[in-house]
Amino acid sequence: MNEFFDSSLGVFVIILAQCLAMTAFVMISLLFLVYGDRKIWAAVQMRRGPNVVGAFGLLQSVADALKYVLKEIVIPASSDRAVFLLAPLVSFVLAITAWAAIPFADGWVIANLNVGILFIFAVSSLEVYGVIMGGWASNSKYPFLGSLRSAAQMISYEVSIGFIIVGILISTGSLNLTEIVRAQDGPYGFFSWYWLPHLPMAVLFFVSALAETNRPPFDLPEAESELVAGYQVEYSSTPFLLFMAGEYIAIFLMCALMSLLFFGGWLSPVPGLPDGALWMVAKMGFFFFLFAMVKAVVPRYRYDQLMRLGWKVFLPLSLGWVALTGLFAQYGWFGGAYVRWAIGG
Amino acid sequence: MGIAAFAFYLFAILAVGSGLCVVVARNPVHAVLWLILAFLSSAGLFVLLGAEFVAMLLIIVYVGAVAVLFLFVVMMLDVNFAEFRAGMARFVPVGLLIGLVLLMMLGLAFAEWSPSVVAPSLRQAETPPLDAMQNTPALGNLIYTKYVYLFQAAGLILLVAMIGAIILTHRKREGIKRQDIVAQIQRDPAESIKLVDVPSGKGLQ
Repeated sequence: MNEFFDSSLGVFVIILAQCLAMTAFVMISLLFLVYGDRKIWAAVQMRRGPNVVGAFGLLQSVADALKYVLKEIVIPASSDRAVFLLAPLVSFVLAITAWAAIPFADGWVIANLNVGILFIFAVSSLEVYGVIMGGWASNSKYPFLGSLRSAAQMISYEVSIGFIIVGILISTGSLNLTEIVRAQDGPYGFFSWYWLPHLPMAVLFFVSALAETNRPPFDLPEAESELVAGYQVEYSSTPFLLFMAGEYIAIFLMCALMSLLFFGGWLSPVPGLPDGALWMVAKMGFFFFLFAMVKAVVPRYRYDQLMRLGWKVFLPLSLGWVALTGLFAQYGWFGGAYVRWAIGG
Repeated sequence: MGIAAFAFYLFAILAVGSGLCVVVARNPVHAVLWLILAFLSSAGLFVLLGAEFVAMLLIIVYVGAVAVLFLFVVMMLDVNFAEFRAGMARFVPVGLLIGLVLLMMLGLAFAEWSPSVVAPSLRQAETPPLDAMQNTPALGNLIYTKYVYLFQAAGLILLVAMIGAIILTHRKREGIKRQDIVAQIQRDPAESIKLVDVPSGKGLQ
């Protein structure tokens, strides 16, 4: 049996199984994330939320998914058929792809890339194509306006996310996500993670992640009061489900990145308790809760204010922080909190 | 055929095929989408070469930013296809000429090409142990030490280009209400609200 797993076919089978396991994890958590999102939103507004299908409405998302799949796909007559159907696939497939580089515990990763964080950044910068293609192929005004807005928005906030990541990289000296988490391991548990030395950037990253994934208060691409539903207007049935799923998976990915980059990934917050994948999942869940709370609590931004925030506030702040981090790291100030180089140095 | 060879042929065929489609696609938006596929497949080829850092940069810079703006412009343009085809006959000779020049250059490269005398000495330079060195730190070590002035010069050129583009497109329009966030935050009720006791029947003077 061991010989089989050493052959190239065996390796292929193992990788395939890992990918399937990861996809299954993401899809199952997706079902409950959508449910949780709606429940939290409802609780803040003193409603009940989904409570009919299954105990406490737990199976609501399953019922919704089934409904979407069984409905008829309506393709507008004047749309560009191929691109119209390609767009939701692009957005869904890319959202899933990025998970290949996310480590859940030391060694629990499908692809332990040297450039892991760059890979995730690259894939999430491609996600804008699903939105643009969907908006353009629909051949309709609202979707097109929505897709233009989202393209500008996602590109703007990608810039500041990039700079925030550069700050982390300077501290770690590696682009590998596992190394980034290992560098945060310290004697003080919770307080040796990067959120403390990089505190302003942790906040900035959270807000930029909201904008990057088109979540409220930055959901202008699909602002229902202005654009009906933005680039999703003409979509129905399974393609709509794919868009929706892609969006939530991208949000969950940002939660994972948040916990990997700033909150120690699988490391335990209390020194002495064992580290493990459960911590990682718990942190992801917590950040998703924050995402849901923001959606429920904060009103939507105006578009020019959104752009101003991205270019005139976040960009200078994150760029300045990169310079500061470089300075702190070079001279090893603050007890070496900014210098945790895993390699080189 | 190993996985690497299979991946190479897949990416190579995709790159060439989508490159061809960029040229023959009738719809300019489709052409840009094919161009993106060509970029992605060349990024795949870079990964096969072991240059994963360059591959990721290619995707982030070209596909994630440049091609998006490209797509933006092409979508917004009101392209008249009939006009395009009418001008075809006029532009064919010029196109052929450019194609001929490129072909001659390629011919020169493959036939009469000899390496510079400096190149072999560069190739014999000491290479760090390959298993201990990753290509991201290796590139960083070169760019920020040996080639730091060239690197900074390239950055300065980009900065000048950026400032130029901003100056060319930026115009200050008169008579527009602009939001001044700082002024808004600085206001307080004491100076912006005035309580007036209006006598009944007389109104506000």
